Parts: sequence; structure tokens; C-alpha cells
Amino acid sequence: MSETQATTVNETNYLNASSTLRSWLLTVDHKRIGILYLVTLTGFLLIGGIAAGLIRLELINASGRFFSHETYNKIFTAHGVVMIFFFLLPSIPAVFGNFLIPIMIGARDLAFPRLNLASWYIFVIGGVFGLSALVLGGVDTGWTFYTPYSSTYANSHVILTALGIFVAGFSSILTGINFIVTIHKMRAPGMTWFRLPLFVWAHYATSIVIVLGTPVIAITILLVACERLFHLGIFDPALGGDPVLFQHLFWFYSHPAVYIMVLPGMGVMSELIAAFSRKRIFGYTVVAMSSMAIAIIGFFVWGHHMFVSSQSIYAGLVFSFLSFLVAIPSAVKVFNWTATLYKGSISFKTPMVYALGFIGLFTVGGLTGLFLATAAVDVHVHDTYFVVAHFHYVMIGGAMMEFLGALHFWWPKMIGKMYPERVSRAGSILLFIAFNLTFFPQFILGYMGMPRRYHVYPPEFQLLHRMSSLGAGLLFISFAVVFGSLLWSLVKGKKAPANPWPAKGLEWETSSPPPTFNFDRIPEVTEEAYAYETLFGDEPGPTS
Amino acid sequence: MAYTGQHVTSIRTYVTVFLCLMALTALTVWVAFMDLGFMNTIVAMTIAVIKALLVVLIFMHLKDNPKVLWIAAGGAAVWLAIMMSFTLADYLTRPASYLGGW
Amino acid sequence: MSEAHSNNLAHHFETMEQQKQASSLGMWLFLVQEVMFFGGLFLGYVVYRSMYHDAFIAGSHLLNVKLGAFNTVVLIGSSLTIAFSVRAGQLGRNRQILGWLAATLVLGAVFLGVKGVEYAHKYHEHLMPGPHFHYDAAQHSAGAHVDTEAVDPHKVELFVSFYFAMTGLHATHMIIGIGLIVWLMVKAARRRFSSDYYAPVEVFGLYWHFVDIVWIFLFPLLYLIGRH
Repeated sequence: MSETQATTVNETNYLNASSTLRSWLLTVDHKRIGILYLVTLTGFLLIGGIAAGLIRLELINASGRFFSHETYNKIFTAHGVVMIFFFLLPSIPAVFGNFLIPIMIGARDLAFPRLNLASWYIFVIGGVFGLSALVLGGVDTGWTFYTPYSSTYANSHVILTALGIFVAGFSSILTGINFIVTIHKMRAPGMTWFRLPLFVWAHYATSIVIVLGTPVIAITILLVACERLFHLGIFDPALGGDPVLFQHLFWFYSHPAVYIMVLPGMGVMSELIAAFSRKRIFGYTVVAMSSMAIAIIGFFVWGHHMFVSSQSIYAGLVFSFLSFLVAIPSAVKVFNWTATLYKGSISFKTPMVYALGFIGLFTVGGLTGLFLATAAVDVHVHDTYFVVAHFHYVMIGGAMMEFLGALHFWWPKMIGKMYPERVSRAGSILLFIAFNLTFFPQFILGYMGMPRRYHVYPPEFQLLHRMSSLGAGLLFISFAVVFGSLLWSLVKGKKAPANPWPAKGLEWETSSPPPTFNFDRIPEVTEEAYAYETLFGDEPGPTS
Repeated sequence: MAYTGQHVTSIRTYVTVFLCLMALTALTVWVAFMDLGFMNTIVAMTIAVIKALLVVLIFMHLKDNPKVLWIAAGGAAVWLAIMMSFTLADYLTRPASYLGGW
Repeated sequence: MSEAHSNNLAHHFETMEQQKQASSLGMWLFLVQEVMFFGGLFLGYVVYRSMYHDAFIAGSHLLNVKLGAFNTVVLIGSSLTIAFSVRAGQLGRNRQILGWLAATLVLGAVFLGVKGVEYAHKYHEHLMPGPHFHYDAAQHSAGAHVDTEAVDPHKVELFVSFYFAMTGLHATHMIIGIGLIVWLMVKAARRRFSSDYYAPVEVFGLYWHFVDIVWIFLFPLLYLIGRH
């Protein structure tokens, strides 16, 4: 540690090693590719966010004042497609997984660096397809593309969007394969499976879900496109095709996709909680295995999206029961993080604020998921704002909060600059408040019967909708503060030391930013992850 | 650590496997023209699985490969089975008029 | 030997063995996703066959068993030639690699040619799915053991949709495979391979065998199980 930490100010690192545009666009360095993804995804987040803003703007009034029905359909579809397929699914793995996995396991790069760059280009091509569909007039099917509307009746750019999702899906698959091979074959000497940081375990589990699930959505969405292009009648009721088969195929992927979005966030969570409690994570093995359990059980529950389709009630009962099982490993994680806090020496740095926010919001999102997995309750709240609120608590409260937590935690490592702590922390707290103001009223709205995807609604819902829109406005301000302060730090931030928090992990033992090949010498790992007692000696933080 | 390539399979083995695959192909075509009722489907699928196993184990060298590749190959088969069986769990428990037979 | 090591060992690997294991595992994982990719189509086929048994029997009589069986033999033969190519790679014999790759290329092209003949036939008989689809039970499904006159032509169109989706996706994989064979042949002609470095041939072999396996299932499902 002493050797690598003694890097001097003028050291070349992966950022300043070369500065031409060409050197960025043809890079095979996993860290630079992570940065490319960060820039691309921030662009998509902005587009998806603008669409969200337009939705909330429209819903301020019960009469649907600003947009036509068709335009509103296209706006919420744009929001869903961009946020899910082009932001949340790649978000943490593509940026932080790419940047950190090789460093965390003590490797010089991912197993297939050129494939990694190809994945980014494939993602960009998919994004261009998706965005050109938006520019040419949009899609109005909802992000779920239910047939036969999407395959037969919709008069919008379904084919182009479908191809975009298909192509972007292969970017995910190739990244997933790259991660699994890297974790299997590239670990440094001494880095045994049970010394891996939990971030790496979470990405391993995520990659398995990606490799097993994503091809199914790829073929499904391809068939929808072929149905429009070549009249293949696979989901066409006129030929005897079954739209419910589409739903089976769609949700076989799209339910596990929820875990693709949230599992990496859970990995980030373990790093943050341990670092800012200055303690070993409570029950390391159980937390690692619960990631694997979520990945596997997550494939057995998809039918709970289809209780009110013509799915047989017997299958519905089985899916309902299995959906409760997946709550167990999720709860195990939440309990273990909470137990880690116990008697820790906690510091409320910005990433920790996001982490603590995650615990609360994810618990609300997860528990309301159990309401929805109960078939009888689901019949009442299916396709209402209750569902909308539920998945935003999981997606934003879970995945998004951890994306921001990770961004602040590893920002000094990635960029080499410190973000302004007080402004960023204020931003994170404002974001937490604004999020709840936006989405909690939606639980009540949904329970009272407000359906999703409608822009004209009875006037008695107007007050709650206005609260939600006010929250969305605040959410915009808080995002502006959060990203503004990060941008500010790019120029004016203090130079970051190698280990600013300080935290354990190989990524903190190399310089900030790291050199191009991560380590001068491949490190030898001699201790378990989160051995904070060795970092702080006999400081108060007790060991477990 | 017998990884692929460390072990060179003999030409004789490859040719034998190829001839087995040819024989099974002839068998499956021959059986297809006999009326065995729903057993036709089962026989055809059984032969296809045997052929696939021959290709995977010997042509693709899985039998000489480490456990992790067995897990990958087995995982694919198991996950396909999960997708099929849970979806069919829906279709097969719908009202009987839905189905037309095998 | 050490020369070959330094040329072909990428900077981020420690040993040739590690590099080879990584590429092999990577290709197997890619095939896992291929199984699920084709799996969605197979699932659809299984569901509809259970629903529309008689129509699918009538549909399978539209296909030519002789051509299907011939193609099965051709494709399994190409699996044998690519296996020989990988074997030549293990022994580091570039000329043999090249020869067996060429044989595989020819067999693959024959398969696609026969497939093209079958497609053209369907086109002339108005059996492509879409507005021009026309199914005539007496003409197309003579000899089927189910009452083809009672079969809904729409459901037969559904079968034909699956036929084209499944064989089309399979043929696409073969076309990509043939492109890769050409690339490998160029490398072999330049004597780039050795017994230490032949991983590209090996992982391509895995891919090609997988394409063969898909056909091993497609042939009975589409051509055979409704024939008796």
C-alpha cells in the first residue's frame, strides 16, 4: 500500500495519458470506456428526465390541457423506453462495473477489452435507433410493447424502437459475458471468491441474469418487428396467435430486468455502508449468496405481472407464492446493512446519505411489491398509479439513488477531484425529500383508482397530482444541484488523494485517478474484503 | 486441468460419432413415418437430444472440460426448461378446450 | 515458441493458458445466451403446437422431408469438418486448418443453397406468410392423417410463420458463420496459428457446432413429427 500510495502529483494517469478524441473513441481501457458510458448515459438520463417533466406538467390539470392524447402516449412511452432500456439497465454495470471490477479484483483490464469497446458502440447504435424513432415522431405503445397493439395497430415508429432495444440488448449481453469471464479468470493471486468485494458479487449475479434473460426480450422484440415488416403472424390473434404469449416472453426477461437494475445498486450499497460505518459488512457470505438467490429466484416470478390477463389462475397462484420467496434474500440484505450500522462509527458523507436513503425507499418499494404480488390485491390496483409509485420507489429509490451514491463515492477515484461536500450533501437530502413528495401521493392516487397512462382524470385527484408535480419540480432542482456541483468540481474541485474516505479495497490502493494499467505490479491479496480493523488499527469501530 | 486442446481426440472417435449421428438421423426419419400416436413426438425429441449430447460432449469437447463449462451448458438447458415449463404451466391449466393435442 | 507467446498474448493476461480459458468460457457463455435467444421461438412453437395440433400437422406436410434430411446430413458433415479443423489447430498445422475450413465453407454454402431452393418453392406456391398466403388442403397436405379440410388456413399460416422465423434465424447464424470462416481462412493462410494459439478456430468451432445443434432440433420439430 505504501508503495502505490506514494504517487506524485505529476504522475500520468488514464485520463491524461493521451488527450485526442481518437484516443478516447478507440480506447480499449475499461476505465475510459466507463467514462464514455457515463457521458452517454447522462445524456439519456436528461432526455428521459425531460419526458418525465412533460408528463408531470400535463398532469397538473385534470383536463389534460397541454397535449393531445396521442402526444401524451408518446411522451410516457419515450420516458419509459429511454429510462429503462437506455439508462437504468446499463447504468451501474456499464459505468461503475466497467471502471471498478478489474481494479477491485486486481486485474489490468476486463477479459475482452476490444469486445468491451464494441459493446459501447453497439449501445450507441441502439441509442441512435431509439432516438431517431423519437425525433421522427415517437412511439405510443408504452415501454411494454404489448401485442397486438404494437404488432398490428400502432401507427408509430415501433420497428425502429424495437431495433434500438434489440441492439442495445446485445450490448448488455456482451458486457455481461465480459464480466463473468473477468471474474472467473482474471482475479489477482490471493483474491479468492470469498474475498471478492460484494460489489463484484452483485455484478456477477447481475451478469448471469443478463446472459440468461436479455436474449429472450431480444427475440421477442425482434418478432414484433418482423410481424410488422414481414407479416409473420406469431402474436397476431387473427391467425390464432396469442398476445398473452408475448406477455410471457416479455416478462420472462422484464421481471428479472428489475434485478438487473437493482442488484448492482445493492452491490454499491454494501461498499458504502461498510466504508462509512468503518466496519466489516455484517454476514458477508449471506449478503453475497443473497445476490445469487435474487438472481435465480427472480426468474420464477414473472407471471405476477399477468394476474389480470387470461393467464390461468392456477399458474397465477404459483407465481404469486414464488414472488414472496424473492422478498427473503432482499430482506436479508436490508437487515444485514442495518446490522452493519450497529455500533459503527458512522459519518454522513454524501454517498452515505444516498445509501441510507436507499434503505428506506427500497424497503417501501419492496414491500409494496408484495402487495402487488398478492393476486387479490393486484386485481384492485393493477395498472394504477399504485404500480407506478411502487416501481419508481424501486427504480429511483433503489437503482438511481445508488447510481448517485456510487458516482459521489468513486468520483474522486475516477476524476481525481473532490466534489464540494456541503453542496452535494444538501442536494442529496433535497433529492430524498423531493422524491417522496413526487411519488408517495401516487400510492394514494392509485389506491383510490387513478389508472396509469391517462392524462385526463376526475377533478378529485387533482390535489394529489399537483403535490406530485410540485415534487417533480423540486426533483429537477435537486438534480441540477447534484450534477451542477459535480460539474463544478471538474474545474474547481480539490485534488483527490488516493484514498479520501478512507475506505478498504484495491481501488483505493492505486492512485486517483489510476494509471492506465491500474497497477504497476499485480497486487497480492492477503486479507478478506472490508477488513476495516486493519485500516483504522485500534480506532473505535468495533469488528464483528 | 485438462482444458480444451490439451487432449487431442482421435480421428477415429470423430468419425465414429459422425456415423452414429448419421444412423440416428436415418432412424428418426424412418420412425417419423410410422404411426405411434403421441409417442412420435417423444421418440423424435429423444433422438434429437441424444444427437445434441453427442455433438456437445465430443465435437465440442465438453467431456474433457472443467466444471465451469458444464455449469454453463447445464444452466442453459435448465433455464430453457424453466421458461418452457412455467409458461406451459399456464397453458396446460387453462380450460381444456384450449388444447388440441400433441 | 516463446516468440509465439509474446506475439499473441494480450497485455492484460498473465499466461497463454489463462487467455485461452477466458476465450473458451466467453464463447460458452455466448452460446448460453444463444440457447435462450432461440429458446423464445421454440417456446412459441411448443405452445401453438399444443393449441393447434391438426393445423401444425397439416403445415408440416408443406415441407419437403427429403431436402430437410439431405440438409441435416450436410450440416452434421460440416460439424465433422470443423471438428477436424480444430484438431488440426491443436496440432498447429495451418494447411490442414485451412483445408478443413474450406470444406466447412462448401458444406455450409450447400446447406444455404438447398434452403434457398425450399424458400423459392414456398414463394411460388403462395405459402409466404402475409396477404398473399394461400393454403389449399387438397393440394398441399395430401396424405396427412388429420382432417386437413377442417383445418383453419390461418393456423397453417401460423405454422409457416414459425417455419420462416426459425429457419431464417438459423440461416442468419450460418451466414455470419461463413463470414467468420473466411476471416479464419485468411489467418490460416498467413500461418498465424500454432499449437499454442488456435483459440479463434476453437471458439468458432463451438459456434458452428451450436448452429448444427439448433438444426438437429428444428428438423424433427418442423419436418418430421407430423408426418406419419
